[in-house]
Amino acid sequence: MSIDISQFHDVFFEESFEGLDAMESGLLNLAEGAADVEAINTIFRAAHSIKGGAGTFGFMAVSEFTHVMETLLDEMRNGQREVTSDSTNLLLEAVDVLREMLSAVQQKTDTDEERIAEVNQRLEAMLAGEKAEVADSADESTINAAAVEASPEQKIAGWEIKFHPHKHLFQTGNDPVRMLRELASLGDLTSRVSDDGLPDFADLEPEDSYLSWQLTLKGNVPKEEVVEIFEWVDDDCDLSIEVILQEPTKVEIAVAQLDENIAEPVAEVQQESKSEQVAAPVKAVAKKAATSAPAATSIRVGTDKVDSLINLVGELVITQSMLSQIGDNFVPGMLPQLIDGLAQLERNSREMQEAIMRIRMLPISFAFNRFPRLVHDLSDKSGKKVELKLTGEQTELDKTVMEKIGDPLVHLVRNSLDHGLETPEVRLAAGKDETGTIQLNAYHQGGNIIIEIVDDGAGLNEEKIFSKAVEKGLVEADAELSPEKIHELIFLPGFSTADVVTDISGRGVGMDVVRSNITGLGGSVEIKSKRGEGSTFTIRLPLTLAIMDGQTIRVANENYIIPLISIIETLEVKESDMKYVSAKGELYPLRDEYVPVIRLYDIFNLTPTTTDLEEGLLVIVEGEGQKIGLFIDDLLGQQQVVIKSLETNYRKVIGLSGATILGDGTVALILDVPGLMALYRDPSLAKVITNNEHAA
Amino acid sequence: MANILAVDDSASMRQMVSFTLKAAGHTVTDAADGKQALDIAKTRSFDLVLTDVNMPVMDGLTLTRELRTLPTFKFTPILVLTTEAGMDKKQEGRAAGATGWLVKPFNPDQLLATIKKVLG
Repeated sequence: MSIDISQFHDVFFEESFEGLDAMESGLLNLAEGAADVEAINTIFRAAHSIKGGAGTFGFMAVSEFTHVMETLLDEMRNGQREVTSDSTNLLLEAVDVLREMLSAVQQKTDTDEERIAEVNQRLEAMLAGEKAEVADSADESTINAAAVEASPEQKIAGWEIKFHPHKHLFQTGNDPVRMLRELASLGDLTSRVSDDGLPDFADLEPEDSYLSWQLTLKGNVPKEEVVEIFEWVDDDCDLSIEVILQEPTKVEIAVAQLDENIAEPVAEVQQESKSEQVAAPVKAVAKKAATSAPAATSIRVGTDKVDSLINLVGELVITQSMLSQIGDNFVPGMLPQLIDGLAQLERNSREMQEAIMRIRMLPISFAFNRFPRLVHDLSDKSGKKVELKLTGEQTELDKTVMEKIGDPLVHLVRNSLDHGLETPEVRLAAGKDETGTIQLNAYHQGGNIIIEIVDDGAGLNEEKIFSKAVEKGLVEADAELSPEKIHELIFLPGFSTADVVTDISGRGVGMDVVRSNITGLGGSVEIKSKRGEGSTFTIRLPLTLAIMDGQTIRVANENYIIPLISIIETLEVKESDMKYVSAKGELYPLRDEYVPVIRLYDIFNLTPTTTDLEEGLLVIVEGEGQKIGLFIDDLLGQQQVVIKSLETNYRKVIGLSGATILGDGTVALILDVPGLMALYRDPSLAKVITNNEHAA
Repeated sequence: MANILAVDDSASMRQMVSFTLKAAGHTVTDAADGKQALDIAKTRSFDLVLTDVNMPVMDGLTLTRELRTLPTFKFTPILVLTTEAGMDKKQEGRAAGATGWLVKPFNPDQLLATIKKVLG
């Protein structure tokens, strides 16, 4: 029998990473000193499973590393070791190392041996520090004794075994017959059964064991093999195993008995070992094949989602058969039925689309999970006291969006902790609780998911931000800006207010990168802040990247789509309101600000049906905190559009984020608002795009 | 061929054990913790139970004790899957009524060899 166990590796990795997450969050929740046995048990179990699995699947380094962690945790749960912040921190570090080791094994890359050895050494040191004794020394000595007895120099002729099972033996699930059969497979077995213990029939308990055996096993059998057969029952029987040393006469007897008794079992054993040899190369080949297969990304889907999909497919099949029936014998009078059927088809496909989208949805807890650890580490480092609150962790989000929102979220949380929250002393002086709060909230709103990062820290310091912006040449010194406008300044490229570049957030990534990452996902980020009370960052993201709500517009005789999320308003303009500035072109005064106007027919090099602003419409869109007016001919409908990538099907085009197929089968290009902003700032890019359009 | 109940909270171990046993022609029912296993055991009998020790909800030793109180499992071989270090666990397993144990890590061949020992 040969089984290729590498087929279970994926499952092992998946559950191990989940186990590590559970360990991490468990460790973070461990209060110092107080031993919450169930919490430690959970952490222990995760380590235990990883160790066991790693051993089984042949990742010995992982298994060995986990062993020390497991021992530490075992002592903790038994109350032999106190839970200290030192031990918790070390175990957290070990979790990190283990995670790296596992991903290295999974991706077949190298591990950082030095770090592993270093953390391992510290774990060992912690283990040795408070407990020097080795518990299992007793076991080792018995094993050694057995080895000496069975050393090959001593000619063992066989074993005399007295085996008297206790009455309750059957109730352990053991059976003397099976043991005798095992013994017979080791050598030449003669057995004498004694029924001395057998009571009168009337007193006989059918569930009890009454017989005893005197067994002679002939052959050069190592003692461990004999002991092993009785290993499971040595507490449930009287057992003596005595060696028979070699004497010629006994050997002759043994040979004689061999023929009649043992021929069959021996044959069986040989056959088995042969098949094992044949199987070995097959196993090796299978393993090779498995390693060359690319690692597929997988997604865990709740059965309810799959069930609802299957249900919908069933409905679709019914609709299809109904429509084909109509089609088979169609007469004009059946038109209403046809229309009904098509309406049903439309409903089916919309529901299926939603159901399929839901398969890619994961609860945002996958992205939130890392924050307890992050906040724990950062508060340790900065000396600030922080409580992290998470709400709406079950809010679902597309897997791709989830993967991409992770880093910006980390940056914002770091930022809140580093710049937002004050030190305990400052907080106390300001009459606040010395422990600051950072809250991560997630919820759905319309077709979007909202993620809020709320801190109750000092809030943004407007004067400081303003003077910094002036210093960096981002605004004029005499500019009059509302507090909201000043808050927006932190999103400008090249802005950083940190007096000292700290280890926590001064990593060369500014808020501008955070914002462009989020807008890259079709989302937006806003800030609200009040001095002394704290700040709130609000991220708005589309639920999925594959489908979005779009506004179809007409420019000349072409249709385009504007992402609905970036549209602020649409207006009719009066020519007399327009301002013309030589460097910036046309500007439209929208309440208290001037919005630059882009004539889309210019950008796309179309022959305009009208150049008169009063005959068309101005769509005000926002991207990267900036507003811009797009001059179009007309607004058409709003609809959900499936985004087809231009990049994969053609090439990247500035100002366009993709294309979609409209209901009538024509293709419409989707406008990329930040790209249009870039075009506005640097018109030379437009040349490229017009050429492309010609080429296409 | 035997009808086996395999209990382990680790999905990879569960899959490995089930796959191996099925490949050897046995019928396998699996459960992710002691409670699940016990619920199944109350509805039908098995020729052999293989159970992990450390599991959430109900551990393998409690499961073993509970199974032994069921008339249908009074004599059924129950093997606990334990780790090398767990010599105490072996004793505890026996005290709970387990037939024997299989030491982790084990490979499919070792698993089948041990099964053979109790199934005869």
